[in-house]
Amino acid sequence: MSDLKKIKDELLLKLKSKLNLSEVNQMKSDLFGKNGLVSSQFKKIGTIAETERKKFASELNVIKDELQDLINVKIKEIEKEEIREKLQKEKIDITLPERPFVRGKIHPVSQTIDEISSIFSEIGFSVEEGPDVESEYNNFTALNTPKNHPARDMHDTFYLDEKKERLLRTHTSPVQIRTMLKDKPPFKIIAPGRTYRSDSDQTHAPMFHQVEGLHIDKDINMGHLKGCLNYFIKEFFELDKIKMRFRPSHFPFTEPSAEVDIGYEMKDGKIVIGEGDQWLEILGCGMVHPNVLRNVKVDPIKFQGYAFGMGIDRLAMLKYGINDLRAFFDCDYRWLNHFGFDPLDVPTNYRGLSR
Amino acid sequence: MKITFDWLKDHLKTNLKEKNLLEQLTNVGLEVEEVQNLSSDKELFKVAKIIKTIKHPNADRLKVCDVDVGEKEFKKVVCGAANAVEGLITVYAPPGSIIPKTKTKLVVAKIRGVTSYGMLCSECELNLSEKSDGIIRLSSGYKKIIGKSYFSKSKSNLIDLSITPNRPDCLGIRGIARDLAASGFGKLIDFKKKKIKSNNKHSLKVKIKKEKNQGCSIFGSCLITDVKNTESPQWLKDKLISIGQKPISAIVDITNYVMFDLNRPLHAYDADKIEKGIIVRNSKSGEKFSALDNKDYKLENGMCVISDHKGVLGLGGIIGGTRSGTELDTKNILLESAYFKPGSIRTTAKKLNLDTDAKFRFERGIDPLSIEDGLNKAAILIKEICGGKISKIDVQEIETHKTKKVKFDIKLVEKVAGFKISTKEIFKILENLGFKFKKKKNFFELTVPSWRPDITQEIDIVEELVRISGYDKIRIIDPIKKRKKSTLNKSQKLFHFLQRSIASKGYLESITWSFTDSNYNNYFRDTKKEIKIVNPISTELDVLRNSIFSNLIIYMNKNFDRGFKDLSIYEIGPTFTGSRPGEQNTVACGLSSGKKSRLSWIEKERNVDVFDVKKDVVQTLIEAGYRSEEFFIDNKTPNYYHPGKSGRLFLKKGADLVAAYFGEIHPNITKKIGMKTESLVGFEIFLDNLKLSEKTLNDQKKKFNVSDYQKSERDFAFIINKDINAQDLINAIASVDQNLISNIKVFDVYEGDNIPENQKSIAISVTIQSLEKTLNENDLEKINQLIIKTVENKTGAKIRS
Repeated sequence: MSDLKKIKDELLLKLKSKLNLSEVNQMKSDLFGKNGLVSSQFKKIGTIAETERKKFASELNVIKDELQDLINVKIKEIEKEEIREKLQKEKIDITLPERPFVRGKIHPVSQTIDEISSIFSEIGFSVEEGPDVESEYNNFTALNTPKNHPARDMHDTFYLDEKKERLLRTHTSPVQIRTMLKDKPPFKIIAPGRTYRSDSDQTHAPMFHQVEGLHIDKDINMGHLKGCLNYFIKEFFELDKIKMRFRPSHFPFTEPSAEVDIGYEMKDGKIVIGEGDQWLEILGCGMVHPNVLRNVKVDPIKFQGYAFGMGIDRLAMLKYGINDLRAFFDCDYRWLNHFGFDPLDVPTNYRGLSR
Repeated sequence: MKITFDWLKDHLKTNLKEKNLLEQLTNVGLEVEEVQNLSSDKELFKVAKIIKTIKHPNADRLKVCDVDVGEKEFKKVVCGAANAVEGLITVYAPPGSIIPKTKTKLVVAKIRGVTSYGMLCSECELNLSEKSDGIIRLSSGYKKIIGKSYFSKSKSNLIDLSITPNRPDCLGIRGIARDLAASGFGKLIDFKKKKIKSNNKHSLKVKIKKEKNQGCSIFGSCLITDVKNTESPQWLKDKLISIGQKPISAIVDITNYVMFDLNRPLHAYDADKIEKGIIVRNSKSGEKFSALDNKDYKLENGMCVISDHKGVLGLGGIIGGTRSGTELDTKNILLESAYFKPGSIRTTAKKLNLDTDAKFRFERGIDPLSIEDGLNKAAILIKEICGGKISKIDVQEIETHKTKKVKFDIKLVEKVAGFKISTKEIFKILENLGFKFKKKKNFFELTVPSWRPDITQEIDIVEELVRISGYDKIRIIDPIKKRKKSTLNKSQKLFHFLQRSIASKGYLESITWSFTDSNYNNYFRDTKKEIKIVNPISTELDVLRNSIFSNLIIYMNKNFDRGFKDLSIYEIGPTFTGSRPGEQNTVACGLSSGKKSRLSWIEKERNVDVFDVKKDVVQTLIEAGYRSEEFFIDNKTPNYYHPGKSGRLFLKKGADLVAAYFGEIHPNITKKIGMKTESLVGFEIFLDNLKLSEKTLNDQKKKFNVSDYQKSERDFAFIINKDINAQDLINAIASVDQNLISNIKVFDVYEGDNIPENQKSIAISVTIQSLEKTLNENDLEKINQLIIKTVENKTGAKIRS
């Protein structure tokens, strides 16, 4: 038995000194390995007299457990100490920059188109499109603007052939024609898209964006038009109250025609949309002219309705305080980054147009 | 159209204020563009006379003038005009006045050491004309009013209206007054029609030639003999000045006055210069004439000209000629009042690029029944001011004016406007606008006034009624929140998805013109047709773009000039393949430059490369719902890509349409353009070539099939010829057993030592997993052998031992 006692004492002594994990593991195998001190004691069991054997075995087991515990405790201790030391060494300067990342952005015109589509979606409009290159017929004649009509002067047109039969559409209104020729009434569509006029200065760009609206049904009157635009303007500018004024105007493809102004005021050199006493023109609209309906084989006795058209770039400028129209198309990295929107900011009905 | 309230009051009796007027003009559709407050400012501008001039002591071109402005002492004014000479009567602006042209306020200032009290003005500075050489020279008639205000005493502001092209009648003050009166703003004063009472014969023969496309249908005229053309009386000058016109001579001023007042253009000829008689006819190609704008015009066939036996006198309804123009010494005049057809006027004016007040009015449509009213009014005024004898009026007419009749059912008003106007009110408005009506069975028959060419059908009547009663009466009907059809169709949803998907990969969305510079376009045109714009705004925007790259590269370069290096931009929009409607494609095009992780303390920097854009393309397509397992990629790309470092992606092997290209931009192009960047890579995704998924998201989600059995990964290294693609190896492995091979990854590509020349080593990790059981060593070994055998057979590769 004294052997065991000696083993234990030696171990206790050794454990007191500073040890690393492999040293402790070595001690462990010295004791419990194949030929370890404790293991060899177990081998001895057979040689011990039967009367002593049981006692020896049970004492041996006790001491074995005891020794194992001592070692395990030590191992845990060392591991803990090692982690502590590791943590101490591993302290870094967390203020160093993160790994580089890049952010993409959505152009304000695209964002505005999505906002507009979302608003009109809620009241049942669907989105239609048309080509950028149009026939002279769809762009003018079908829209009750025959050749030699002075209203054509208001559209400085880019032509693609000498006969002036093909052109870049000067407005989104030809989509009305295409939509009505393609389907049967009722129609309730918006058509956002690129439009072109050969005009270029600080407030005019040779290309800009418009959204067209068209609602034709059996009993659609000017009240519906006013209601629709009133709803749109409030939703778009995210305001509860906004002053709106309908003013008679003239477009060949609508009769009666109106221009719509909204109220604003200037505060610190910036336009504030809402209830100011100044008026700002934002769109043109009217009841679709019976001649236009006849041109697309819709019976103007049975069907009537309204159409409107507005400048998307201008709406974006007003809403987001952008001063220069030309900058929209200049791809200045700084501008795109500043006025662009995160791609995850998708305007939807349920989460609203903006954050 | 410029008007004043004072002039309006010649036709309109009202007690209302100008503020109400401005509102009401807008309410009836005569949009007020600008109101210039003339009275308070302009009263300061005085008629003055230069008494003495001396040379400026310190400046050769300047003079110091003593100016009589009607006060006790003369004013000392420094002036640079060559025509500032002693005795000249001109216009003086005192310190404190605001110069209309420049909007600057005058102060007492030292000019080269000499103090100047105010200034002497040119016509240009007072917005009277474009004339800026020299100061205004007033006629001797002004001698009597030195010190008085040059501009009329009217307190009336200058109101600039934007008249829509359908309303020629409102290009005359009376037409505007009529609209206002109909809307309840005052009462229209009866037009006192004074008629010429004359027995004198009209001795000049006038003839309208009956030709095809004759642009003139009525030509009225009278002769006024023995006139003494003079300066206009003050009231007439004041009137014209008040709307920003410069008085010239009585005869010219009177014709202008009648034009602005009644929208009845007139023309006065010097009758003595007309050879034998007037012939209104179509021009012959090559005929020439000198117009009153001091330009010579060469005419084409078929333009409506007023001629005599010698040749062209003027372009009817557009501009007169110098040969027969009236001057101060003109004795006998022929006064013309005619009707020219709008289309004819417009065609001619467009061809000759001419724009005049008369043309602007005739092309919109003049009242054909105003011929005699205009002649009467002008001739009587001429006689009053210039004396002379008026002849009888002669009217040549080859087509008679037909009065228009429109059927009108009053029920249509409410149907269109959504609100009711009482029958009584309806007829009051129509009467005030000049309509006549007759009751028929179920409708009224309206006679349209001759000055309203815009009114042709029932809806036009509705417009008049709603406009005059006021758009504020239209009630708001709130929209119903109901949707019968989905807002976006599949291709629009795809557009929307790709747009945001690409941005989410670090690209800034740009919008550039649909046109571009043909020089740049040619780099990216490949085999496509060039589409020229006939009338581009500049040579740098002369063609429709065949690819979006040209614009992205131009703007990328501009950003390099701004000092940026590592940029990713993209645009999603049209490219064009032809000049017919519909010959366009929707393309998402991205461009990436420079380096990744430039100057990072933690990441290794590297050039952007073809595998960056490949990732963007493939990831975007996968996110959009396409199966990458089916993608087929080869290296056949258009000539603007680097031939060795670019690829073409099909959604499926054997598909006809290219889904996308990606790669390095051809080094020749970047060099020619002078792109200062380490690397330039790009991609194009062709939206029209992407098959629209028929499966909705809920269909796609329904089947959920995963295996919980153990998976194992096996690595293989193959040696193959360099010209064999990695994709061939992958495809061969995938073909072994689609149910067991769940993932294949290339983790190393090696060429060089230990590998024979013209060969390469590709290391691939294959994940093997069954849906049915845990595979044992035996199963795995079988698959391993099968993979090796298949790859070796299909590609000629050898497994590396």
